[in-house]
Amino acid sequence: MFFRLTAFVVIGLLALRAASAEPVTHTTFENGLEVVVIEDRRAPVVVHMVWYKVGAADEPPLQSGIAHFLEHLMFKGTDTMESGEFSRVVEANGGRDNAFTSWDYTGYFQRVASDRLELMMQMEADRMANLSFTEDDWLPERAVILEERGQVLESRVGGQFNESMMAALYKSHPYGIPIIGWRHEMETLTGQNAMDFYDQHYGPNNAILVIAGDVDTGDALEMAQQIYGPVLPNPAIAPVSRTMEPPHLAERRLRFEDARVGTPYVNRMYLAPVRRAGDQSQAAALQMLAALLGGSSTTSVLERTLNFEQGIALQAWAGYNGMARDYGTFSLGIAPVEGVTLKDAEAALDAAVADFLEEGVDQAQFDRVRHQIRASEIYALDDMQGRARQYGVGLSVGLGVDDIDGWVDALDAVTREDVIAAGQMLLDRRNSVTGYLTQPTATSTSEVTQ
Amino acid sequence: MTRLLALTLGLFLALAAPLRAEVSITPVTSDSGLQAWLVEERSIPFVALELIFAGGATLDSDATAGATSLMTALLSEGAGDMNAQEYAARSEELAARIGFDAGRDTVSVSVRFLTEDADDVIDHVRAALTDPRFDADAVERVRGQMLSKLRRDALDPNTLASRAFAQAAYGGHPYGRGSDGAVETVAALDVDALLAAHQGAFARDRVFIGAAGDIDADELARLIDRLFEGIPQQGAPIPERAEFSAPAGLEVIPFDGPQSVIAFGHDGIARDDPDFLTAYVVNEVFGGGRFGTRLMESLRVQRGLTYGVGSFLASGLLGESYQGRMSTDNVNAAAAIDLLREEWAGIAESGITEEDLSRIQTYLTGAYPLRFDGNAAIASTMASMQYQGFDIDYVNIRNDLIDALTLDQVNAMAARLYDADALHFVVVGQPEGLE
Repeated sequence: MFFRLTAFVVIGLLALRAASAEPVTHTTFENGLEVVVIEDRRAPVVVHMVWYKVGAADEPPLQSGIAHFLEHLMFKGTDTMESGEFSRVVEANGGRDNAFTSWDYTGYFQRVASDRLELMMQMEADRMANLSFTEDDWLPERAVILEERGQVLESRVGGQFNESMMAALYKSHPYGIPIIGWRHEMETLTGQNAMDFYDQHYGPNNAILVIAGDVDTGDALEMAQQIYGPVLPNPAIAPVSRTMEPPHLAERRLRFEDARVGTPYVNRMYLAPVRRAGDQSQAAALQMLAALLGGSSTTSVLERTLNFEQGIALQAWAGYNGMARDYGTFSLGIAPVEGVTLKDAEAALDAAVADFLEEGVDQAQFDRVRHQIRASEIYALDDMQGRARQYGVGLSVGLGVDDIDGWVDALDAVTREDVIAAGQMLLDRRNSVTGYLTQPTATSTSEVTQ
Repeated sequence: MTRLLALTLGLFLALAAPLRAEVSITPVTSDSGLQAWLVEERSIPFVALELIFAGGATLDSDATAGATSLMTALLSEGAGDMNAQEYAARSEELAARIGFDAGRDTVSVSVRFLTEDADDVIDHVRAALTDPRFDADAVERVRGQMLSKLRRDALDPNTLASRAFAQAAYGGHPYGRGSDGAVETVAALDVDALLAAHQGAFARDRVFIGAAGDIDADELARLIDRLFEGIPQQGAPIPERAEFSAPAGLEVIPFDGPQSVIAFGHDGIARDDPDFLTAYVVNEVFGGGRFGTRLMESLRVQRGLTYGVGSFLASGLLGESYQGRMSTDNVNAAAAIDLLREEWAGIAESGITEEDLSRIQTYLTGAYPLRFDGNAAIASTMASMQYQGFDIDYVNIRNDLIDALTLDQVNAMAARLYDADALHFVVVGQPEGLE
């Protein structure tokens, strides 16, 4: 206990010991604001986050990217704060601030010395209801998000490939639309669109406050009640109906060719169940399946088979994301060594998965993965911001604190048979899209140069 | 939409009293004479350990460029009587997180382990550091991954810009080439080159050790002696200094993409220069990689020319430069470069204001404690501070040093550091309006 004001040394120590044993505090204020407090008194630092349960999947037609555009404009000012003042004040207090948008949520956070928490709360509560900006603010900011799309997506061939994969995976659901938006729609977004989206979705009754770090839970809740409590609920807030997926009757395949591809690879994405409040068992089995197939660059099934035994993969992977409101994804992929075609690589990948499902889970590997999960729980305690994020994402997508706290136990309860069953259930190709990322073929290249 | 009654926000800036971080670092000397800095933190039952070995990719010869990087990547691919899979399985059994990383100036080892497994993990890491196998199949597999990365880099505009800038700045010095070497050199590396790189890199005469977590000084001293059994006293000689020699001007590398990536910069300031901290403060005002800097305000906030622009002091072990990066739509590249030159000239001539200085002092002194918020972050900071030559009490005086800077000192540094006429630009893309 060394990074703190000397006077608090002993108190801090005791508080952390207690906090580790006690559940995270979760409550809901009268105005609908959910509040989570995570005590961690090792350093005099606090993470203050506000999550809105609205994201890119809730955008109106023709306005893709509006949730993210609004996220940028949230830094422009309020009725009483100048444009840019929010970040200037955070900076003047030695803090860091940023924000992020997903399909299901939009989050704003500051990391500051813990004696600045009240100030952060005041400013965040202010822009929860009093956002205000002008054309001089939003017009250059629209150019910024277009540059952002250019930099993080269009200049990266992997990013463009991934965007195409998602668009092909979802036939109806808005997860198929990129969070940053389609360029042709982004170019038409206005400040009024953003303000309308704000008026429709922002307010304490659609938000989660997460405070993690060097605070006393009781004090933090009292402070939050004083500052956020008076913000009136927004009556316009109503659940957005999202288009759901019809049954998928045909697998989809795409081939993305670009001269900038240095390493070709195959990726396959399946629609998968998400973590559900009160029942995470299926999601836990899928998470274990991903860990066994691709969780280690050396010992997992795909690397062992395709890289070490067959020598045809530079790299092979598997991943599961179940932290979403409507649909999760399960991915499998392989980057083959030179001289192996993507088609052959894909066939080998499929064969490796099929063999795994037939032969069952190796007990020693299963034990190692479980041991690592337990240890990762301990390592995760070291990362205050990561913990805050876990709760923010979880609550945003409809999980409860019990579900988030119980995730490691849910993983622990998975049996080897559950893993195989999850794999067999999942791997229906009709729920998938398979993509090849590759250099242009010889014929199309010569056509271009002629 | 129902709105909250207006809050009084005017007082905010007045509240910013700098926070004092009382950091308690214990210097540790082992029986065999190794030094380490420890921050004991008992609340979570694990330890983070960080080793930094000076040298890095600069120890490679031109012919063996990439050897240190490939060697480092192979450390987790088998050691002692364990092949690659057995080594990884053992790491997983121990639930240890072990990372080996090679950079231009250093090779680093990061380890996190549960307190109860300390001895076993240390033995496991020592096997990699003293008895790596470099099995032929592992070498070919990892070489293939590295070549694949090099081919990917060759088609990545950001890497192309950085490579071209380094080449222009340092020519034939090891600083002029990429840490991962080139396709031809990596393809040609043999086991002897890997063994030589290994012997050159890991030595007691160049290591800096930081630790944080559930461990005391005696126990740490014992563990590091255990870890260093068999590690030689001396490593390979570290090369001569690199002189910055990029000419003023502009270099365009045609690349088919929607944006131009622009690398820019000129000569910099040495890390051991007595005024380095002053230069650091000036750069934080000018382009320090966050909102609120002059470059972000001018190019992003006012004009929407870029998603992000920043500048940094690239002061290494052997040489220094002052650089920046940005990406912008091809049509805006010329305008962005004009603005960069303008901002550059402006700060050299007029410096910063009293208000800028006071704001940045408050920010930097307030932000400092935020760096020490977890065992892993602390261990790495402890090792890095020693590597950079700081005294053990620096943590506790650093904020005072920043607060003591005067506007005259800072503006003298701005005039010294910035030279718009010396700027070298590398533009990767299809920029319009440039020659």
